[in-house]
Amino acid sequence: MVSLRARLRQVPPLGWQVGLLALAILLPLPLNDYYRSVLWRTGIYAILGLSLNIIVGYAGLFQLGHAAFYALGAYTSALLNLHFDVPLVLTWPVSILVAAVFGYLISRPILHLRGDYLCIVTIAFGEVVRLALVNNIFGITGGANGLSGMDQTVIFGLTLRSPLHHYYLVLFFLVLTLVAVRRLENSRLGRAWMYVREDEMAAEAMGVDTTRAKLLAFVLGSGWAGLAGALYVARIPVVSPDLARFIESVVMFCIVVLGGTGSIPGVFVGTLGMITLPEIFRFLKTWRDAWMGGAMVAMMIARPEGLWPSRRIRMEIREEE
Amino acid sequence: MRVPLLRVENLHTYYGHVHALKGIDLEVEEGEIVTLIGANGAGKSTTLRTISGLVRPREGRIEFNGHVLNQMPAHKIVQLGICHVPEGRRIFTTLTVMENLMMGAYTLRDKGTIRENLRRVFDLFPRLAERKNQLGGTLSGGEQQMLTIGRALMSQPRLLLLDEPSLGLAPMLVRAIFETIREINARGTTILLVEQNARAALKIAHRAYVLETGRVVLAGPAQELMRDERVRKAYLGER
Repeated sequence: MVSLRARLRQVPPLGWQVGLLALAILLPLPLNDYYRSVLWRTGIYAILGLSLNIIVGYAGLFQLGHAAFYALGAYTSALLNLHFDVPLVLTWPVSILVAAVFGYLISRPILHLRGDYLCIVTIAFGEVVRLALVNNIFGITGGANGLSGMDQTVIFGLTLRSPLHHYYLVLFFLVLTLVAVRRLENSRLGRAWMYVREDEMAAEAMGVDTTRAKLLAFVLGSGWAGLAGALYVARIPVVSPDLARFIESVVMFCIVVLGGTGSIPGVFVGTLGMITLPEIFRFLKTWRDAWMGGAMVAMMIARPEGLWPSRRIRMEIREEE
Repeated sequence: MRVPLLRVENLHTYYGHVHALKGIDLEVEEGEIVTLIGANGAGKSTTLRTISGLVRPREGRIEFNGHVLNQMPAHKIVQLGICHVPEGRRIFTTLTVMENLMMGAYTLRDKGTIRENLRRVFDLFPRLAERKNQLGGTLSGGEQQMLTIGRALMSQPRLLLLDEPSLGLAPMLVRAIFETIREINARGTTILLVEQNARAALKIAHRAYVLETGRVVLAGPAQELMRDERVRKAYLGER
C-alpha cells in the first residue's frame, strides 16, 4: 500500500502551489472577523519573516533590529498621508524606498563586522529608531502616542473596510513576496549569498563582490519590511513607537530561526508558532515570552536546523556537530 | 625589454601594527612557474593575499598586465585574470563537486565559455568528472585539493596563485599535485606558488624567491637556488 507521505510526494509542485493558494483564499470565508484578523496578522508577519530571511537566512547576517524598518515603513506611510494627503496606496512605494535607504545607510559602515558584533549594532539601531520616535524627532512623529487619523485605504475606487478585505490585500503581497524570494534564491545573487554565508573569504577569492552581496541583502530585506509597515497602516490608522520595540525584532528573528533559517516554508512554520498560535490560544499570549524562550531552547536542543529547514542549511548545521 | 605579467615593487603590508611585508619586490613572466619559499611567518601567504586583494598594501605597487592592483577590490582582480587558491582546501563541503566548480565560474556569464572551461577541468582531473554529483565533503583530501584547484581554473585565470597546495597530503598525493601543477602550467597558465615543501617546489619552478621575515633575501633560477649553500641548509634540511 502506498503511504500517505509517498502519495503527497507525487503531487507536482504546481499542484501544491495552486492548492495552498486556494486554501489561503477560502480559509477566512467560514471564519468570523476575529479569526480573519488573526490571519491578517499572520500574513504581515510572514512578509516580515520572509524579508528578514533574506538577511539572516540567505546572507547569514545577524539582524536584531528588523522592527525598526517595519516602523520606518509605517511612519512614512502615515506621515505622507497625514501631512500631504497622499492616498495610502501611493505611499507604499515610498515606504519601501525609505526603509531600503535606511537599510543601506545603517549597514554600509558595519558590514565588515562579524556575527555577534553586527548583532549588537543592529540592536542599537533598533533602539535609536524607537527612541527617536518616542522623543518626537523633528516634531513630526507624535512622541510616545504616535500618529493617528490616517485615511482608509482605497484601491481602484474600492474602499477596504472589513478585515476580510485587508486579509486579501496582505495575501496578495505575500504571494508577490513569495514569488520574489523564490526567484532571488535561485538567482546569481542568491548563489553569491550562499557562498558568502558558507565561506566569505573563499567567495571573495572566487570573484564574488561580497560587500555588494551583503549590502543588497540588507537593502532588500529592510525595504520589504517597510512594505509590511505600510500594509499595517493600511488597516490600523494608529502607529506608535511600539512598532519598533526590541521584542518585535526578537519575534521576527525567532520566526526565521524557529522554522529553519533560510527556509521559505520554515518562515510560515515560525509565524504559526510565534504569531498565530499565541493569538488563538490566549494562554500562550499571556505567557508569550516564556513560550518563545521555551520553544527556542527546545528547538536548539532537539532540532537546531529548525522545524522545516532548507536542505542545504540542515547539512551545514549537522556537519558542524 | 619584456614587460613581466606581474610586477610587485616595494610592497609593504600590515596586519594591524604588525609589519608583515617589509618591501617585497618580485616579477612573474608570462608562462613561468615562480615559487616563494621560506619559513612560517616569512610573509609568503601575505604576499599572495596582497596580490589578490584580500588584504591591502600600505605602500608599494602591484602591476598586472598593465593594470595597477593596489587599491582594487578582490572581485575586480579576479575579473582581470588572477585567481587565488587560499591555503587549506576551502571547498564547500555541503555542495556537490559540480556546484563547487560552478562557483569558480561565478565571474563568467557566457554558458559556452563555462562549458568549455568545465571540459578542460574534467580533462585535467578525470576523478572530478567521475564524482561530479558527490558532495564536496565526501571527497578524500587529495580530491578536495584537486577540486580547489579545479574550481580556480574554472575562471580561466592567466595567473594562478597557489598557497600551500601540498599541505596535509600524503607523500604520494603531494607528488601527484606537483605533477598537476606542472601540467596546468604546460597548458598555458602562469603560476605563482607558495610552498613549505621547498624541494618539491624548486623542482618544478623556473624561478624562486626566498622570503625571510617579510623581505626577499634571495632570488634566482630554481635550479641555481637548489644548489645554493644557504638554501640547502635552511630549507632543504641538509647539513
